This record gives sequence, structure tokens and C-alpha cells, in this order.
Amino acid sequence: MTATLPLRIQVNGRSYEHEVEPRKTLADFLRDDLGLKGIHLSCEHGFCGNCNVLLDGEAVRSCLMFAIQAGGRSVETVESLAGPGGELNDLQQAFTEHHALQCGFCTPAMLLTAQEFLRENPGETDDTAIREAISGVICRCTGYQQIVEAIQSVAAHS
Amino acid sequence: MTIEQLPAAARIATETALKEAGRRWLGKSINRVEDPRFLRGEGRYIDDISLPGMAHAAIVRSKHAHARIVSIDTSKAEALPGVVRVVTGADVTAHAAPLPSFGAGPIIQDLIAIEKVRHFGEAVAAVIAEDRYIAEDACDLIEVEYEPLPAVIDPFDAQAEDAPLVHEKLGTNVAYERTFTFGEVDKAFAEAPRKVQAKLRWPRSTGMPMDTNGAIGEYDPGTGVVTIHANSMNFTYFHWLIAASLKIPATKLKVVPVAAGGSFGSKFFMHKVPTFAGFLAMLAGRPVKYVEDRVTHIVNNDHAGSDRWYDAELAFDDDGTFRALRIDCVDDYGAYLQFGTGTHGNGLSQIVGPYRIQDVQYSLHAVLTNKNQQGAYRGFGAECSNWMLERLVDMAARDLGMDRVEIRRRNLIAADQFPYRTPTGNIYDSGNYQGVLEKILELGEYEHWVAERDKARAEGRHVGIGVVASNERSVFSSTEFWFWFDQPEFKPTSSPESASLQIDPTGQIVVTLHSQCLWGNSPETVVSQVVAEEFDVDPAGIVVTYADSQHALPGTGPGGSRFTVMVSGAVAGAAAEVKEKLRAIASHKLEVSADDLEFVDGGVSVIGSPERKLSLAEIALAAYMFRLDLPVDVDSGLAAQSTYDHPLTTNPSDDRSDLGIFYPFVGHAWHIGVVEVDVETGKLSFLHYAAVHDAGTVVNPKTLNGQIIGGTIQGLGTALYEEYNYDAEGRVRNQNFEYYHLPSSMDVPTMTIAHQETPSPYTPYGIKGAGEGGRMLTPAVLSAAIEDALEPYGVRITSLPISAEQIVAWAASNWSG
Repeated sequence: MTATLPLRIQVNGRSYEHEVEPRKTLADFLRDDLGLKGIHLSCEHGFCGNCNVLLDGEAVRSCLMFAIQAGGRSVETVESLAGPGGELNDLQQAFTEHHALQCGFCTPAMLLTAQEFLRENPGETDDTAIREAISGVICRCTGYQQIVEAIQSVAAHS
Repeated sequence: MTIEQLPAAARIATETALKEAGRRWLGKSINRVEDPRFLRGEGRYIDDISLPGMAHAAIVRSKHAHARIVSIDTSKAEALPGVVRVVTGADVTAHAAPLPSFGAGPIIQDLIAIEKVRHFGEAVAAVIAEDRYIAEDACDLIEVEYEPLPAVIDPFDAQAEDAPLVHEKLGTNVAYERTFTFGEVDKAFAEAPRKVQAKLRWPRSTGMPMDTNGAIGEYDPGTGVVTIHANSMNFTYFHWLIAASLKIPATKLKVVPVAAGGSFGSKFFMHKVPTFAGFLAMLAGRPVKYVEDRVTHIVNNDHAGSDRWYDAELAFDDDGTFRALRIDCVDDYGAYLQFGTGTHGNGLSQIVGPYRIQDVQYSLHAVLTNKNQQGAYRGFGAECSNWMLERLVDMAARDLGMDRVEIRRRNLIAADQFPYRTPTGNIYDSGNYQGVLEKILELGEYEHWVAERDKARAEGRHVGIGVVASNERSVFSSTEFWFWFDQPEFKPTSSPESASLQIDPTGQIVVTLHSQCLWGNSPETVVSQVVAEEFDVDPAGIVVTYADSQHALPGTGPGGSRFTVMVSGAVAGAAAEVKEKLRAIASHKLEVSADDLEFVDGGVSVIGSPERKLSLAEIALAAYMFRLDLPVDVDSGLAAQSTYDHPLTTNPSDDRSDLGIFYPFVGHAWHIGVVEVDVETGKLSFLHYAAVHDAGTVVNPKTLNGQIIGGTIQGLGTALYEEYNYDAEGRVRNQNFEYYHLPSSMDVPTMTIAHQETPSPYTPYGIKGAGEGGRMLTPAVLSAAIEDALEPYGVRITSLPISAEQIVAWAASNWSG
């Protein structure tokens, strides 16, 4: 078996210390070691963005990073969005109101990517700006239109 | 044709339809009840499930399209720490039977290739290991010695007498050929003053869900039961065939349905992956997870789409009246024939589209090559034939110098002709095509955009308009799979759906479904809206569960835009039985006639005296606990189960001059797309995109729009980007998303959508299916729009996808045909 290395990482506001194989991806660490199954692997090649998480607030492909590369940094996953009783946040609520998800597989990555956009561009409702922001996450179900509308509705009320 | 001529089942179904007045929950855009768990990342897809002691599997894929397997050395892989077991074709020979096939034979497909591989990516070995990393490491250590054989890649080369054979036992690569003739086609062509003819190419693409196919097998040596958790769609329809492949009795197989992150056909009777997981678990004696990685899904999934070469012609009169259609189609099926020629049977349900074409001839050549097999993809063949037909219609308009809307308008089936029997025998149940046309001309601002296009063209810009129509058949019976054969071996005519409905002692309603129908559609929302409609309860409180195959009633699952219609019938049937019992108990307790009771606001009350009311909870508690308070002829409990059969289907005639009624609930749609093409870069910009659909009674406008937009954009991918790129040796060159481009948010238009509702007279509540319509229109509308934009170059679009490179080349070369 491959030797392990120590990893200190903050995930959804909580600090973890783990021993991980150097070749373990951030996605597999979060899914298998921390049980955060909201991260979804689709292409494992860096193109579809379905595994996006926020690393120090910035959307990254968790399939393209090794877990140890995230050492000392802060990760946010979809599990951080809802309230303690599972209450949907404004963005999640907008997604259901606008029917911005169908199979739900890309949804966690789409929500996090939209979250980053909304934080960095408060009040921005421009269609093209939103489409550019989410263009790195592939959705096969929705055709994107209702996702854009959901993000616009949150931006308009921010 | 009158309704009285139709089978009795249809008349019975009619009685439940068209209850439009006073509808409370059907037709509302409620939020999906499925959403919260997906929004929180708690969707529980197959790869999210872990069982105690579970091992992980990966496969070794063939590097050759066609080769004899000389030897396999597994010793190095077996020596790797963490490897549980290596599995090869020898294990399959010893312990498994071939996979099920619905096509002409003998075309044998095994879980792992035995003796030879027939396509690039076919499994030649598998590794079971403690984790997926080790399994993939071990795959790299397996040494396979191949003796390459000449590969047949081109379906025309494959038909040559001396072509290498994909299946030696078949003796030919032409798996099946047949010509169906309906009416007097030769006479019509001889008499018609005009005709257009085209060779049209529809390339192979696939549904490409973001969640690949996966399964977890478990084996209990004590009971001999194999449990398979799988994201396959219609496991109850065919689980007994999976048991046959595993050589176990069907009673010893339990398939547990798991939510799928998309299917679009690619998990429709997905047999290979679940069977594989069950087989590996039996060999390993412990749970084994097998989830395709993306490369495996692309080169080895069960369901690549159609791969067709049409030679088609349309005969018509000088005034634009269509007379006859003649189609010759070569379909490149790849190495296996899982669904036989069903996708062509499907297309025959609406081969004349929405038009009054009387005479039709359809010739099919189903050819085997060294490629991955075909299966289902949203449209199941009808999306290809619709593109073919609409291309011919645009050509006819050009031939006559007639407006493309006008030629269609002249040929539309009129509202008073329904139910309309098409030449193949299938009927269109209902419609108002002229109504949809009027709506699309307004919504699509057709006149405005014609003027804008002409103005732009005068300025040297390349703006084009596409305007196309399509029917959308929904709810298959099953005859399309076997009417091809005069003496079919297996003649299913039933594709039912079931539901169980139970009210618990606290008055809460639980519905159990009997197929794995959750893959991005909204089964739980549909069911909740139907139940809410029947009982007038809040849909948010209804619980929907899924039975496993050991507990399941007959079910077929989603496919062919059937599920909303069929599950509504099943739920309505179960609800009716439970409501009757609730009425009987309430009548007894309130001392009024059952006929004087109505279901209002979560209870049963006396009509005209709303204060005399019992809540569902009060009745339910009595039904469970207080037998002596019930009427003497009423037993305890509040549950019913219902199996709903296809409400309107008939057998084909013996001579196959009439294929029978097999896909009769038929929606109708028009799309108008306006594009501007940059001929320097090939980039498309969408100036306008409008769609009007008629899917009968709308259950939930918001989710219906979701299906329309999603289908349209998937069709855009088919039209502009997606194609399996096989090289001359049969290797797939675009094995990942870098080279197999899926539409992104930057590639797609914002659509404007409107609906017309022409209820079906034969289905519950008048619902028609609507899951595939979008994809049936975009390839045709974009072909037409780009062709129109490139009119100055005289471009004729006869093949897909229409790539940016192709557009630039056309413009640069000034089109030479």
C-alpha cells in the first residue's frame, strides 16, 4: 500500500486532520473520507465541472486536485448551504421555484458556482454574465435557461 | 374513423378523461417534491451508496475493434496487494449465460468477451479490488495478447459478400432487412408531377447523462439471493432476463432501484452493468460496486443512438399537396442488436408526421459493424425520421418556390379528422394542429423575422429562419419491436405500470411505484399531483417510495414519453379503490348516503354541509383500529394496488399491411428558430427561439417546460456538436468531454414557450407524453435556419452535426455541393 501523508484542512467551517494517500483526489477524499456525497464525479477529466467545490471561495474541480494540495485551505461544499434543519437557502429555494434542476446531479456544483458569482458580483442580473459564470458546469437536463433565471432572481433581490 | 370502432379498453378509458371542471391540483406549477434532497446534495445516486465489506470493480477495455483473444495473463494483477479477484471470459463461460437480446439472431453478447472482441472498448477482463484505485492499477497489469482481425467500420462495406463477419454464426453482417409498403406508393410516385429526393446522414451520438451507469451486487450464500442496486430504468419489466444471464431463478434476484443522474434512454433496460455487478458479487462472495467511468460509458454503454443513412424521396403535386413518401435506410447498429429494429418501428408510428400523406414505403437494412451497440436515445428513432421528413418538406418548398409555412399548412391533418389513422395503421388520437401553427407564428414573430432576415441579408449579414413541425407520439405498447417478423419468437403487447396507495393510521398517504422512474423527470411530483387531485390533500405531504423487484407489481418505467400517462392511470386506479372504502366508512359513521359525500380539504364531507366532515386521519384510525365501528362488509386497512395497461393498442395484421395501433397518444409542436451565422468563425448567435407544444392536459407547466427546453437543447447538441468519431480502425477518437462536446450555457438560446391543450380522449385526465418532443424538432429547425442563413452560398444541409468548421468551409468554398 502507498504511504500516507498528513492533511489538515477546513471543510464547511470544521477543521479536519487526516492521513491520506498522496494520490487521492480532493473529490475522493471529501466523498469517501468525509462522507460528503454531494460532490459528484462525472467526467473525472476537468471538463464537466460537476465536481466543483469552493476552495478559499473560488470554484475548483475537485477531481483534478489531490487532497494534499488543499492542505491548510478552506473548502465549501453543497452540504454547507442549507440551514441546520435542512432549510433551503435563498439560492436553493430559487432553484426549486424556477425548476432549475431535473436529475440533480450537476446541481451541487451549479449552486456553488452560482454562489461564487453572486458573492463577487452582487446584484448582477446580466444574462451573458451569468451564463459565462456557469459555463464551466455542464448540465445535460435543463438546457440552462431555468438555472439562469433562478440566479437572476436571487441577484435581483440581493 | 369513429371512437366506436376502437377497442373497448379505449372507451372505458374515455370515461375517466376530460374531467376538467373544478380541477384543483392538476395543471399547477407546484415546486417539485423531489427537489429538496437534490438541492442539499442528498440525492443518493449509485456511487453514493456503500455497503459493508464492499469491493470495487473496473474493467479492461479492448484496444481493438475486432480481434481474436489469444491469451490473457492475469498473474501480475492477481499479485497486486488489495486485488480480490480477476475475472475473464473463462469465468463467464463457466458461470453465466449470454445477455438478453431482442433482435434477430444468432447474435450472442456476453458480459465479457469470449474468444474475440467485436468493438473498441468491449470488456475483456475485470478486476475486483479493495478500492477503485487498486482495481484500475490492476487493470493496467493485465496482459492481453490479441490477434487483430480486419474490422468493418463502414456499414456499406459491411454488406459486401467478402466483408469480415462480426458474428460468424450469423453468416452475414446484414442482421435484418425488410420493406414495408403501405398504399400504392409506386403509382403515387408515377403520377405525381414533382418529387424531391435526398441522401441524409444522421450520425451516432448518445444521451450522455452526467451520472454514468452503475450497480452494486450483493450475494447471500445462505439464501442464494442476489441483490443488485442499480440505476437501470425498467428493472421490473426485464429483471427475469437478468436472472437468466446469471443462471439463477428470477425469484432469487432482487433488483433495488436507485435514482439516476440522467438517462435520456441510456439507462433504459440497462442490462449489462447490473448483470455485471451481480455476477462479480457472486464470484467474490461479497458486495461489489461497478460504476462506469466516463471513458467506459462513452465506448461501452448499452445505448448509443441511431446511426443512419437515409435515401428518401417525397412526391407531391404542383399545389404543394404531399402524395407519397419512400424511404430506404441503412442503420449501422454496431456489434450487437439488443433492441433489434425497434427504433425503426417507433419511427413508423409517425412516419408521415402531422401531414396527410397516404402512401408510404419504408425499407430497412440493419447492418452490423465493429462498433459499440445501439440502444435507446430520447426519441427512439422518431427524432431521426422527423428530421428526415422535415428536410424533405423544406426541399419541396424550395422546389415549388413556396413559403415553408404555407406548404406545411396545406398538408396538416385537420382538427375534424381525429382520431386519424395513418398509413402504417397507428392512429393519432387527437389534435388541433392549425391552432398550434397560429400560436407559433405569433410567438415566433414569423413575419417580423422574415423582414429582419431580408434586411440583414441586404446588408451582407447571414441571418436565417428555421420553421418546422413535429408530432410527438407517446406511450408505446410493445409491438414496434416484433411486427418486423412474420413469425416473431416473442410478441409482447403489454407494457403496464403499477402503483400501490396506502393511507396510514394517521391519515398520511404513501404511494409505492413499481419501476425505477426517477432520473431527472418528476415521477414523485406527478404522483403527488394526481393524489392531491383525487383526495384534495396537500401534495407536499405525500410520500412516494419504490418497490424492489421481489415486491414489485408489473412496471415498465419511463421511456417513449409514457410514464406520466401510465403512472397517472395506475395511481388513479388505486385511488379510486381507496376512495370507495373511505366513502363507505364515512357514510356509515356520518349516517348519510355515500353518494352525498365529497373529498374536500383533506377529508370527506357531506355535499352542501361542509361542517359534517371526517378527516382522513379520523377515518384511517377507524379503518386500522376500530373494526367494530366499520360497516359489516368492510375489512380493516386502507390500501389498494392497481396495474394500468396501455389503454389503446391493437395487434398488427398477419400480412403487416397494417401495423396496428401502437403509439396512439400524439402531441404536436412547432418551433421557430432565428440564427445569425458568422461565416468567418462558424459561430451561431440565436436572435429568437420560440416553441409551441400541445401535450394534451398539462399536469405541471413548469416541469413540462423543463422537459421541452432540456429536450430542445439536447437536440441542439445533436444538430451542432455531437458525433462519435470512429477512425478507420474502429477506435473512438473522442473518448472524453474535451472532444465530445456537450452544449454549455454559452451555446444555447433562451426559449419562449407556449402551450395548447388538446386532451387525449383515451388517457387519464387527457394527458399525453411530452419527454422527447424538444429533441424531435431542434435538428430540423437548426438545419433549416442555418441553410436559410447561408442561402447566398446555396448551401444544402443533408448531414449532422453542422459544425462550425463545416460552416466556414462552405462559405470559403462558396459551396460546391
